Amino acid sequence: MKCQKCEKAATFHITELTGPKPLEHHLCEEHAREYLNNSAEQHDTASSLTTTLSQGMAKQMSANKVAAELKELDQQTCPVCGISFYDFRSRGRLGCPNDYDCFSKQMDALIINIHGVQEHIGKTPKHIEHQSNHRTLLIKLRRDLNEAVRLEEYERASQLRDQIKEIETE
Amino acid sequence: MKIDRMLSQLSEWLLGNGPENDIVISSRIRLARNLSGFPFMTRATERDRKSIREAVRSAVLEIFKPDSFYFVDLDSLDSLDRNYLWERQLISRELVETEGACAVLIDRNEKFCIMVNEEDHLRIHGMTSGFDPEKIWSRINEVDDKLEERLHYVFHNKYGYLTACPTNVGTGMRVSVMLHLPALVVSKEIDKVFRSLQKVNLAVRGIYGEGSQPVGDFYQISNQVTLGRTEKELIEKISDIVPQIVAYERQAREFLLRERHEIILDRCSRAMGLLKTARTISSIETMHHLSSLRLGINMGLLNEPDIPVVNNLFLNTQPAHLQKHNGNELSQTERDIARAKYLRHKLDEK
Repeated sequence: MKCQKCEKAATFHITELTGPKPLEHHLCEEHAREYLNNSAEQHDTASSLTTTLSQGMAKQMSANKVAAELKELDQQTCPVCGISFYDFRSRGRLGCPNDYDCFSKQMDALIINIHGVQEHIGKTPKHIEHQSNHRTLLIKLRRDLNEAVRLEEYERASQLRDQIKEIETE
Repeated sequence: MKIDRMLSQLSEWLLGNGPENDIVISSRIRLARNLSGFPFMTRATERDRKSIREAVRSAVLEIFKPDSFYFVDLDSLDSLDRNYLWERQLISRELVETEGACAVLIDRNEKFCIMVNEEDHLRIHGMTSGFDPEKIWSRINEVDDKLEERLHYVFHNKYGYLTACPTNVGTGMRVSVMLHLPALVVSKEIDKVFRSLQKVNLAVRGIYGEGSQPVGDFYQISNQVTLGRTEKELIEKISDIVPQIVAYERQAREFLLRERHEIILDRCSRAMGLLKTARTISSIETMHHLSSLRLGINMGLLNEPDIPVVNNLFLNTQPAHLQKHNGNELSQTERDIARAKYLRHKLDEK
């Protein structure tokens, strides 16, 4: 297949999912880079995150892998809050703290691109959370509780409430 | 309504004192914090939002004296009151428009505020008149320490304070300085300043923060990177740059005085004339002329009014403030008439 913008072979296949319909682009490496660079200026913050992310990943792997990888990563979902990576990159905001670990590969690339570094060296709370797994579980339990109430499963809701209270008072 | 009491006072950040106050209007620092055990706002249910608000409410009641702050549930306010708080820079545009449970804690002296359920669970803001980020940092760092003793913050070993958007992760800190740069605008040097700021990773915005257009020659500069630097380093970076911009603006003012004296005097005098005589005037036109007035006073071209009076006019001619003073809602045409009347009255007082 030829690049849509020149005579070279298309090695980069992008499916743009931000609009109402998926848009396919078939481009050579040079035009693919141009496309990725330009889209940052054209789109709003949410989709420029995608660009930042793709650019970050493009630095780490050959360009023609990026689109395929992105598509696969988009399907990933956080087990705690239920947000998919696609949701995040289309809204520009994460669903819960666990997303930083659950999408760690993407977040590393993104954070390097935004901040140039990955390690916090500033202020540290005096009381660092020792029960962090429990606190993460709380998010999941609260979400389940909401769902149980919605489905009118009151017995389950009551059990969940007890569990939440138990962790909260620890 | 308790927030109406603020109408008669000038916000701390508009007092017109503090270092470099002829050019630096105010300095501001924001810390983004989130509570563990809750999702970020995009995934928070109304129940979560209320629990977060109650957790913060009970923490602040333990920390601060009851008569030293207002804790306002924003969902109980109408749109006029929310816009009024926004014009005073006590809540963000996002909180003006949020539908679910959200709140703001406002220090009685308007030296700091804490937004609850904004983009992050907590946004602690400190502000002061003139250029003094260090003073704000020591103030809000203390507030942050006290809150942290009572609330569980989300903190990541590698990324630091976690935030809903990865652009704020790490320190969660944004240092911003609002500058009045009319001479650089007139002499068309402002673009050069912006380009050099972008090179050192500093963002430039209009007066009311993200996405807003510069009005009245006011510009806000702030750090973009929040991770991998200490809070002190972030403050130092802004502290290194701001004096340079201030010096550049002063140079431009001196040049105008020397080489374009009549032209600049004409601009300031016309602005005064217009503000004193207009029968109907929009908020943008007002900002534009007040900017010239402010420039004229600081350059010694106009003798009155005082800078705090001009600052007060900036705030009180904003749409929501005007309506609050008037005591009822006004259409745009009515506002423009009321604004002109207010300006004539205030500028003729002396």
